[in-house]
Amino acid sequence: MFRDHRSRRAGTPTAAFELGKGQLMTTPISRRSLLGLAGATAGAALLGACGDDKGTDSGGNATIEWWHISNTDPMLGIWQQAANDFMAKNPGVTIKITPLANEAFKSKLTTVTQSGNAPSLFSSWGGGVLAQQVDAGLLKDISADISSWVGNLAPVSLKYYQVDGKYYGLPFDSGMVGFWYNKDLFAKANITNPPATWTEFLDAVRNLKAAGVTPIALGGKDKWPTHFYWSYLALRIGGAESLEAAMRDKNFETPDLLTATQKLKELFDLQPFQKGFLAATYDKPDGQAALVGNGKAAMELMGQFAPSNQAAFSQSKSGLGDKLGFFPFPSVEGGKGKVSDIFGGGNGFAVGKDAPPKTVEFLKYLLDVEVQRKGAASGAILPVTKGAEDAIKDPNQQVVAKTVNESTAFQLYLDQAWEPKVGQQVNDSVTELLAGKATPDRVLKSINNAAKR
Amino acid sequence: MPRSADSAFGAARGPAGGVRPAPSPATAGSPAAVAVVPPADGGRRWLSSRGWGTILIFLTPALLLFGLLVIAPIALAAYTSLLDWNGFRGTEEFIGLENFRRLLEDEVFVGDLRRGLILIVLSVTVQLPLALGLALLLNQPIRGRAVYRVMFFAPYVLAEVITAVLFQMVLSPNAGLANQVLSGIGLGGLAEEWLSNTSTVLYAVFVVITWKYFGFYMILFLAARQSIPAEIIEAAAVDGATGWNTFRHVTLPLLGPTIRIAVFLSIIGTIQLFDAVWVLTEGGPVNASETMAITMYRYGFESFEVGYASAISIAMFLISLVFALLYQRFVLRRDMEGAVTVIGGKR
Repeated sequence: MFRDHRSRRAGTPTAAFELGKGQLMTTPISRRSLLGLAGATAGAALLGACGDDKGTDSGGNATIEWWHISNTDPMLGIWQQAANDFMAKNPGVTIKITPLANEAFKSKLTTVTQSGNAPSLFSSWGGGVLAQQVDAGLLKDISADISSWVGNLAPVSLKYYQVDGKYYGLPFDSGMVGFWYNKDLFAKANITNPPATWTEFLDAVRNLKAAGVTPIALGGKDKWPTHFYWSYLALRIGGAESLEAAMRDKNFETPDLLTATQKLKELFDLQPFQKGFLAATYDKPDGQAALVGNGKAAMELMGQFAPSNQAAFSQSKSGLGDKLGFFPFPSVEGGKGKVSDIFGGGNGFAVGKDAPPKTVEFLKYLLDVEVQRKGAASGAILPVTKGAEDAIKDPNQQVVAKTVNESTAFQLYLDQAWEPKVGQQVNDSVTELLAGKATPDRVLKSINNAAKR
Repeated sequence: MPRSADSAFGAARGPAGGVRPAPSPATAGSPAAVAVVPPADGGRRWLSSRGWGTILIFLTPALLLFGLLVIAPIALAAYTSLLDWNGFRGTEEFIGLENFRRLLEDEVFVGDLRRGLILIVLSVTVQLPLALGLALLLNQPIRGRAVYRVMFFAPYVLAEVITAVLFQMVLSPNAGLANQVLSGIGLGGLAEEWLSNTSTVLYAVFVVITWKYFGFYMILFLAARQSIPAEIIEAAAVDGATGWNTFRHVTLPLLGPTIRIAVFLSIIGTIQLFDAVWVLTEGGPVNASETMAITMYRYGFESFEVGYASAISIAMFLISLVFALLYQRFVLRRDMEGAVTVIGGKR
């Protein structure tokens, strides 16, 4: 259900194929899985009876159950090595690693959590689902255990692993969304500088169209790439806290959000997207990433994992190379937000309620600057531990890391920050606006209804 | 025919007989009832207590499995449909029939019903006649008809998912085969963004489903046509019936039972449509090709509104059940006559 960008970023094309799936899974499902709705419920009740083994820690012996989704190298190997090193230093501690594919992880975790259990340490993206897991009593408050060293981490995305001021997990990777553009196509349309304001941006779109270039590639079928535009406009117009405030007050029908939605419609009315974008996905051979990677569209609004996907889905398998540039989402005239307020997400780990105390020590080790440097050097993660950034080799990733580190505020992907029913509604409603099937008023009303439900 | 007289038999018929009255203790338990053959009833006899034991032993495994795998999940889904629940244990809240009230106001769900109806009408008026026509054609002694039969049946062998992936490529707006062919034969104006246009997507989906399933119905009709004895057709010809008259008054009525079953299968299949549409469009753009099953999936596994998704599944179940019962009662009735052992002789 979640974008698991970084952990697969540098993987094979097959692994990359599964990237960026948002909460909208595109995995084909057989009719059998439909039975799952009834079946999973029944299954949960049955499973509830068994499997109550906890990682007991009597006499220094402890078993840490670790589920993660970095099931391809380089992170698969890096995590394995980290676990081996930790076990060598801590006799009596056994780390049982279960690397899972993204979809498999979600269904396995759902089954286990429905029975009231959780692994000691498992992949998480923080936000709304983490909060639901806390509500269900599945996670452990680790605030006291990490207070001495949490200051080593970049503060930017920490808040999404907190519920009511308490930590239940930590990120190991963070990134952001911005515009990735083709320098040659911009030059062809006589655009010398990347647009810095919304007006300049709309002008750039017009110029690109006039030059016979598809301005923007979009995977409308996946929906989540669409919600990036709405979220960023909301942040730029209403300010960094406007979206979280709207969610907290369950009031999305505010003047600022209305302005943002109307501005978005201005963009859509220019018809900036490729032909058939409503049926296009992000990560298919004729999808969003492929169009930019093949030079068929001038730009896309996407996360830090965009360049590697452009390469993976391009015909040359190498993407745009040094023709690729990055610029942050432009500012909006008269808006309260800053260009340095960022929107995006990364990966992290949550700690299960019955985790042995050594789990937090292990988490600390995973976030150790040396382990983080290894991940950063492999190109698979954008590190969160201070002092690991300079291990990043890719110039585009360096730009992203720099922008993240200099950011003034951070908003997590809405379909991860909020409980799924609201996040999905945002995706659905913004896509309706895009398809010309809903007015800005109606978009906000639908989101409001979902938030109140 | 007194209904209580056949009740023992009725109960022994298993779950399907559940609606029949229970055996009255006075007859079933009394020694007088043992091994008595009521003369008026043509061979039915009362069961001994040993017979009951046998029935119980043989029936229990089936009943248990049926209960566990069919009844229990339905009951659980029915219960879940009364909850506001995000899927995590302990967070459920009982809200009565609220989910069903919301269902009636949900534009997407009401739209599902409308789209389902369109697909059903199209299936019955386009897909089945097409299959029937092909079946009759392939019944003619034409050269290479075995090849044609295999060819037309081949799509049915493919999985729905594979079919959908295939057509995703065929209908792709930029490089898709459909548009390439259309512009190749000078019909470029007909080239459309088939799957991304909200007004064409449902019909694109219908074409894909028809491509997948017409072979199946064709084989059904072909088998039925071949079971019509040649003598009857000859007799009609001798009586001076034209080709159309033979079809209208001989072939078609004799194909009746098969056609009625085909309509039944087609409608039930449409109500439950999921795989192909999910892979092809995920119900989009903007719900324009969404089916009930897709709406259920999206609420259950994307929005994690498990209670509401269960309400949709219950609605789907009831719609299918009511349709199936009515159809069997009123349409399939004459086909069942004589083929099914009916309690008490005649209905």
